[in-house]
Amino acid sequence: MSGPRPVRTFACPGGPLLLRGAEEVVDGDGEVHVVRRPVVAICRCDTSQRMPWCDGTHRSLPPERRPD
Amino acid sequence: MSGPHRPRLPAPRGPLGELVLPGLLSPAAEGPLPIDNVRDVAAAGPDADDLHLVLWCLHHLHVDGFADVDPAWEWAPSRVAVWGLLADHVEAELRLATAELVEEALAADGPVPDRLFAMVDGFGGASVASYLRKDGTAEQFLELLVHRSAYNLRESDPQALVLPRLTGAAQSALAELLYDEYGAGDPGRHHSGLYARAMTACGLSAAVGDYLRRLPGTTLVVPNTMHVLGLQRRLAPAAMGHFGVFEATSSGPSRLLARAAERLGLPREVFDYYDEHVEADAVHEQLVFRSICGSLADTDPACVPELFFGAAACLVVEDAAGRALLHAWEAGRSSLLDDGDNEQVAV
Repeated sequence: MSGPRPVRTFACPGGPLLLRGAEEVVDGDGEVHVVRRPVVAICRCDTSQRMPWCDGTHRSLPPERRPD
Repeated sequence: MSGPHRPRLPAPRGPLGELVLPGLLSPAAEGPLPIDNVRDVAAAGPDADDLHLVLWCLHHLHVDGFADVDPAWEWAPSRVAVWGLLADHVEAELRLATAELVEEALAADGPVPDRLFAMVDGFGGASVASYLRKDGTAEQFLELLVHRSAYNLRESDPQALVLPRLTGAAQSALAELLYDEYGAGDPGRHHSGLYARAMTACGLSAAVGDYLRRLPGTTLVVPNTMHVLGLQRRLAPAAMGHFGVFEATSSGPSRLLARAAERLGLPREVFDYYDEHVEADAVHEQLVFRSICGSLADTDPACVPELFFGAAACLVVEDAAGRALLHAWEAGRSSLLDDGDNEQVAV
């Protein structure tokens, strides 16, 4: 083994940031959220009801309010 | 082996079942199923309750089987032929029902993943979750659990059939998604296991097939469509378009159903199952549409109409399934079939 895997990200157009290889996510308030799945989706539209995770709410926003 | 429990083969519901199901109760070596008669009945347009019970049972011989059916039927040539004939019939019906949606998606501009999301978001469709969130009763919620058990107790298994038929980035993404579906190495988070615990906590049987006799064709067509698409190599792109819509129509409704379960005071395990799917499927919808369907479209542009076909098939099938439940509830009756012998059913 050659050390920990790098964290990889993919920004979904109009949607969340996919995150692979992370063990935890620290939000703006310093709260630590443990990653429990192989891939997690981080909210980028600020309307999720379970921050920091995406809950699909961006799809009900008008296109101009969705992330790039 | 998947445990000692196997259901008994259900009774036929019509001419197709009469031709196929009693034959399965004899050893496969005693003789083939009457394929020519089946072809005639299929050509005449069989009743959906009759057709989808037979198709579900034929597929189940590949999975757990039935207590009273010879395992040798699984690969008996006449069983394979009957399955293929009925699968072709279902595929033809789905192509007819989805033609307009597929044309619209093909005529639209933009990347294929965006067009898949647009197809879902523009569809509308019946929402059992909205109804249960606001008005439904606990008994109706349990009926939903029973209907969805035809797939959820075997969640992701039909999609796993497609894994060896993909390559490269699409295969890698499907494996990643399936790993999450099967609990990411933790049996306690296995999705079909979460569903079984929810059913058991409600006093329902979590044995696959126990409620088969109560499930109408509009419910059984949901897993049958997955099997028809998932078991045929030429339909692998359609299976992935279908899977994407299945995931992309799950996160929002799961949130509503988690709240409905709380409102109705159902056991915590029901909330847990749906709550898990809010986050999981917000990830999975991106993985299927972008990493799987997007990769397939890039690698082979000729498969794009098939991605849209599978996606549209999921929408129309799920809509019909949901509508059947809402119609029954609006009329003040159970959405489950009455088989006259409901001893196994606690609902």
